[in-house]
Amino acid sequence: MKANPRDVNSGTYYMDGDVAAGYGALAAGCRFIGGYPITPSTEAAETFARIAPKAGAVFIQMEDELASIASVMGASWSGVKTMTITSGPGYSLMMEAIGLGAMIEAPFVILNIQRGGPSTGVPTKTGQADMMQARWGSHGDYEVIAICPDSPQELFDYTIKAFNLAEKYRCPVMIMSDECVGHMSEKVVIPPAEEIEIEPRRFYDGPKEKYLPFKPDKDLVPKMVKAGDGYNLYITGLVHDEKGYPVKNQMEKGKRQKLPTRRLVDKIRLNADKIIELTEEGMDDAEVVVVSYGISYRVAIRGIEIARGKGIKVGHLRLITVWPFPDKKINELASKVKAFVVPEINYGQIVFEVERCSHGQANVVLVPHGGAGVHNPDDIAEAIEYAAKEKKKVRKVVEWKTRLEKFVFEGGYKLNK
Amino acid sequence: MGTLKKAEKDIHPMDNLLRMDRIPHIWCPGCGIGTAVTAFAAGLAKAEIDLKKTCIVSGIGCTGRVAGYVKLDSFHTTHGRGIAFATGIQVANPDLKVIVFSGDGDLISIGGNHFIHAARRNVNMLVICVNNFIYAMTGGQVAPTTPLATYATTSPFGCVEPPFNIPYLADSSGAVYVARWTALHVRRLTNSIAEALKKPGFSVIEVISPCAMYYSRINRLGDGLDMMKFYHDNTEIRHGEDTKNLDIGFQTKIIVGKFVDRERPTYMDSYNEWLSGTKKVEK
Repeated sequence: MKANPRDVNSGTYYMDGDVAAGYGALAAGCRFIGGYPITPSTEAAETFARIAPKAGAVFIQMEDELASIASVMGASWSGVKTMTITSGPGYSLMMEAIGLGAMIEAPFVILNIQRGGPSTGVPTKTGQADMMQARWGSHGDYEVIAICPDSPQELFDYTIKAFNLAEKYRCPVMIMSDECVGHMSEKVVIPPAEEIEIEPRRFYDGPKEKYLPFKPDKDLVPKMVKAGDGYNLYITGLVHDEKGYPVKNQMEKGKRQKLPTRRLVDKIRLNADKIIELTEEGMDDAEVVVVSYGISYRVAIRGIEIARGKGIKVGHLRLITVWPFPDKKINELASKVKAFVVPEINYGQIVFEVERCSHGQANVVLVPHGGAGVHNPDDIAEAIEYAAKEKKKVRKVVEWKTRLEKFVFEGGYKLNK
Repeated sequence: MGTLKKAEKDIHPMDNLLRMDRIPHIWCPGCGIGTAVTAFAAGLAKAEIDLKKTCIVSGIGCTGRVAGYVKLDSFHTTHGRGIAFATGIQVANPDLKVIVFSGDGDLISIGGNHFIHAARRNVNMLVICVNNFIYAMTGGQVAPTTPLATYATTSPFGCVEPPFNIPYLADSSGAVYVARWTALHVRRLTNSIAEALKKPGFSVIEVISPCAMYYSRINRLGDGLDMMKFYHDNTEIRHGEDTKNLDIGFQTKIIVGKFVDRERPTYMDSYNEWLSGTKKVEK
């Protein structure tokens, strides 16, 4: 399905990432955003609030993030595409409801413009430390999709993609951007509506009396109806059967009860190959592979350039989709290369996923950053150099001492290594 | 009755409004929630609104289970977020009438912020708050509605905090319709629900309900029937009473009635008016 021309402000712009995400949401067909102001994500909400009414969409500023995300799920079951916009502390508040969203399979998108943390952290500066929270933040078993754009253009493009994935897999989809991308102004091209592919909601069209809200299709995703269609839905956060009625265990009432939790996990895991989007560069003869995402990807490009200047063979794997994690890809690379270098603006999150998937085959080096800024590309280059030279298998994640860390912590306490 | 066929005899007038396949329900003997649901179903029938366009949302708790027994589009959400969820449903599709049916702990404690803000916005929804003065599902803990000096499992020496007066809170936050009844006032409660269902805007009906298992047991007040007798002897109907005067103490007189019935533009009305430019800010 193509985008509605009414929703698309085609043209070439110079705009920041947050604004681009606001335009992207509308172009994707978003009709409801419930949000709460939080730096550094506010421009996205402001943009949507300004452009939404003429397309018949609504922005409502709720009383807090708990309400924002709850309203988004309500609106989603009302039959419209929905999103909420937040950052660090607000994202933490939304965690409880992400579990509900996964459980009631409401398609919705969360735009998280990450800031430095923890707690109030550094509201106006960047960070990439919510990556594990995105995956594991709510209690219980569930899977989500998370994507990491690296530019304002991508914040436009991948906001649309996030909506498409949400509709397709009926799960919470997180756009895990960061302040740096959100507040970076660049050229953004909004294409004409007919060039924008959007995924319509998977509405049920069979006989009414046979509808079961949680009976999956072949791809494990159930079809949806909307409130007000007369289906007498029962949608609950309790563990439920295909009819939506609460059940407690897998053999309740003497019959096999297919609990949703198995499927909530499987619908993402088994479809992971279709969901995951990566880019690879210079992999053919690579000895060392840099694995990066979001703004760190762009910084790593320069680091790799410097390392290549010194004759090191470096490949670059970019995780556009971080969740589900590309286990297979990393594992396959691990058997071929010497080491992985993972620059991220935290003290180790995705690096441990890389280590897990490498299964001890390749060394893993973390280039950490404490937040509120991006890496110095020289540090990444030096970490690559070290990784290429290291002959023995290091059976743990090596934390590379960056210039900044060395300078700040000199004589303080001993860093590992 | 002999002339009726068996099938006809088996159909209860409320069967089409309740999910009979989920009966028996989970509520204890002597609880008032069932009565509130009966009044709600009767009110729905009486209001003659389009049931297809009616949704019910609950939070968590004993009353939080109501959505699961009512045969409308039912949503059983997280603790306290019923009103926020319902706001999303209503704003995304203004044709829907949403009822939030939940308990005092869910709506007034953890969901208190959503309650006052939805009232302020005047979102078109009916909130039915069953107030049993206690957290019953979790085993009788103290609630923001527990009267002063009342015992609960987490206030073993008597509740030291003054309780919320729900009608006053709703009134001062901007609700357009505020009423209070007890589980004894089934007919009046039914009428109130039918009336509020037709009222555009944020309406609140508080239903005082016995909790025989916890509130009454911990405070030695007898069983559900004894509580009903207490309501019978100690409630006074005072329509239009100033909501400031509606505090409830431990076993004090309970004033019931319809206290607020006023007109205010709903959230969607205001939203559309401002957008269409029929309203402008006077500077």
